[in-house]
Amino acid sequence: MLITKRVEFSASHVCRNPALSDRENEALFGMAANPHGHGHNYVVDVTLAGEPDPVTGMVMDLKRVKEVVNREVLERYDHRFLNHEVPPFDQIVPTPENIAVDIWRRLQPHLTSLHAVRVYETDDLFVDYFGEPA
Amino acid sequence: MIQVTRKYRFAASHRLHSPQLSESENLELYGKCHNPFGHGHNYELEVSVRGPVDARSGRAVDPDRLDRLVAEHVVTPFDQHDLNTEVEAFARTVPTTENLGREVYARLAGAWQTAFPGEWPVLEKIRIAETPRNFFEVSGTDGQE
Repeated sequence: MLITKRVEFSASHVCRNPALSDRENEALFGMAANPHGHGHNYVVDVTLAGEPDPVTGMVMDLKRVKEVVNREVLERYDHRFLNHEVPPFDQIVPTPENIAVDIWRRLQPHLTSLHAVRVYETDDLFVDYFGEPA
Repeated sequence: MIQVTRKYRFAASHRLHSPQLSESENLELYGKCHNPFGHGHNYELEVSVRGPVDARSGRAVDPDRLDRLVAEHVVTPFDQHDLNTEVEAFARTVPTTENLGREVYARLAGAWQTAFPGEWPVLEKIRIAETPRNFFEVSGTDGQE
């Protein structure tokens, strides 16, 4: 069975690879490379896989999931400029792909039944990350 | 490996009528969807692609290139058009959203290699909402189950 907790955060970012020139960044990312940055209301779906406990009837208490996501992700991401304030995005471009992978890495040690991380950058663009096969 | 999904919209009209059925059978099966003048929907299309994250761009797919592909092969030919009379595939098949989903998948799969000549990304699946309450999903394994 899959269960999902949805959370939101707001953050600014710029799609810019520091290893590339201004011209190369603009060619690659267009307006999203504007060095002053821009922001999104991100929506994150954290999905866990498991069987309901016979006593509690729950796969995992979603209140606990929310606490972990708050502590490990939202307190670090929310209302921040990702490139300047949230490593590793000083080194890698904070695309939704890389954000999903980073959220997975932050959560997985605390949520061992983690099944998927979905990140909506807008209503019309989202990514799913299921981890890497062992 | 990452799955990236983009959402697109098109508004089109259609009429459900099967030439293999009698008039009364059509009416019985399709009800008001069989109205001879047709009707329309605001279709929402999700296109999901899968691939590794490119280290240089941080992306699994160039969204502009995907947008151009979907615009050329699906949104432009379908948006503000009548599926039965203006889309060749529906001269032969009923434009149910099942058949529309197969047509959209076939169009994208057929143009995929030209738009994305490398190994990645691959077309994973498409999903069409005919209304906010009816969804139809087609992947590469369609027809093999």
